[in-house]
Amino acid sequence: MIPLAGDLNDAKGIIKENIGSFGTKRGTSTLKRGFAHMLKNGVVMDVTTVEQAQIAEDAGSVAVMVLDKLPSDVRKAGGVARTASIRIIQEIMDSVTIPVMAKCRIGHVYEAMVLQETNVDMIDESEVLTPADETRHVWKWDFTTPFVNGARNLGEALRRIEEGAAMIRTKGEPGTGNVAEAVIHIKNVNNELRRIKSIYDDGDHQDLISIARDLKVSYTLVEQTASLGRLPVVNFAAGGISTPADAAYLMKLGCDGIFVGSGIFKSDDAKERAQAIVLATTFWEDPNKVKEAQKMIDERQSMLGLDTKNLELRMQERGSTA
Amino acid sequence: MNGVNIGVLAVQGDVAENVLATQMALEDLGIIGTVNEVKTPEQISDIDGLIIPGGESTVIGTLSMVNGALKKIKEKIANGMPVFGICAGMILLSKKAKDRVVGEMDQPLLDFLDVKIERNAFGRQQDSFESEISLEKIGISKFPGVFIRAPSIIESGKNVEVLSKFNEKIVAVKQGNIVGTSFHPELTGDLSLHKYFVNLVKTKH
Repeated sequence: MIPLAGDLNDAKGIIKENIGSFGTKRGTSTLKRGFAHMLKNGVVMDVTTVEQAQIAEDAGSVAVMVLDKLPSDVRKAGGVARTASIRIIQEIMDSVTIPVMAKCRIGHVYEAMVLQETNVDMIDESEVLTPADETRHVWKWDFTTPFVNGARNLGEALRRIEEGAAMIRTKGEPGTGNVAEAVIHIKNVNNELRRIKSIYDDGDHQDLISIARDLKVSYTLVEQTASLGRLPVVNFAAGGISTPADAAYLMKLGCDGIFVGSGIFKSDDAKERAQAIVLATTFWEDPNKVKEAQKMIDERQSMLGLDTKNLELRMQERGSTA
Repeated sequence: MNGVNIGVLAVQGDVAENVLATQMALEDLGIIGTVNEVKTPEQISDIDGLIIPGGESTVIGTLSMVNGALKKIKEKIANGMPVFGICAGMILLSKKAKDRVVGEMDQPLLDFLDVKIERNAFGRQQDSFESEISLEKIGISKFPGVFIRAPSIIESGKNVEVLSKFNEKIVAVKQGNIVGTSFHPELTGDLSLHKYFVNLVKTKH
């Protein structure tokens, strides 16, 4: 069953209509969050072309994310990174059977509307693109299409859920090939969840209220999350995942699944690596299977990667205070 | 006799939700039994009934082939084990599948349910919907249907019993001990379909 903490029943994104003699509703929290639940234990791969999308589907990815440039190229190119060409998104939608997601800029309500009109299956309001409004994210309850948002800690995650995000992913540091930041982010979220769960179990409402104030979210959402002891939506890892072992490690840390950005198509063995990362994600509990997956790739073909300490651009900080 | 042992195929998709719904169904019915996530052929060989959950059918199919789980499931179903396929799970149980946009599919299928499935029959995620449906034949007059990028059945053989239709499209079927639904009972609070399946496993046990 889907925990419905932070549900908004009269959201504008909910559409009621009659089909034949049946009354139907679209865009409800159950449908949006339910969609994310179907992705669990899977890998979503960043792609920029139809060919890459087909490689991803054949490798067993649960969905593809369409970008104009892979995050590491965004980092190199500089300038303004915007949503991908609609024509390419549509070509990919016509050529694979798995869900197709696309990214919009943080706060860019109209890029998001254009993606909804394009009929993508999920919109990623993403720090990989140049933010359009860092003080206010998209109010996602107005959309019928579900959203995924990045977060570095519990406060960010809950603020995004309060705005209507149906799924959360860690931010990590995109386009670096370095998993270190994603590891920190998931540990941050887990630690904070453990803390509020124990406060909830102690029945200390005063402390929960002060946490809600610190995190800048409603008390109700904090209380519901604390009672669950986990985020009320599906939570994937993202940012810097490059190898099967990276993916398996993040699954072990309690993530529900994996996003891989530059790690696959910036390597020199994309096909094998795509398959290997899927295998390691599925069978993460079995170190021998992860070893077999790791054996399918060649470390000399991995993307070089960057030290995350001295980056000129820290994408993860975009929109994090709002 | 020991209690029933029901497995939920834990390769990909919404496994935990089905484990929970099945546990609650057992408890409500007062039937003694266990519910476990199953992934390996060894785990599958021990079960009396299997739920194949929602997820991506291409992924669940391909990855269950990798470790030999698919072969074991096939063997068990051929020997009469009750199985409940939900959405992607129903696609996997079928003989034929095509995608609404992409067309004929060459994906691993279990080849039991004598139906042809249309994947994504109602459209993409934005067209996912909730609607009240009915499965009168198995005594469920009202059920909250949650359809997420759902498939439908476009052709069915004479051994296939149609349990439910939504606007003329077939969305739930039964063939012997095999039950399939296009929609997701595990995402609702309604346990009646999980109870129905638990009873099927119990009778067979």
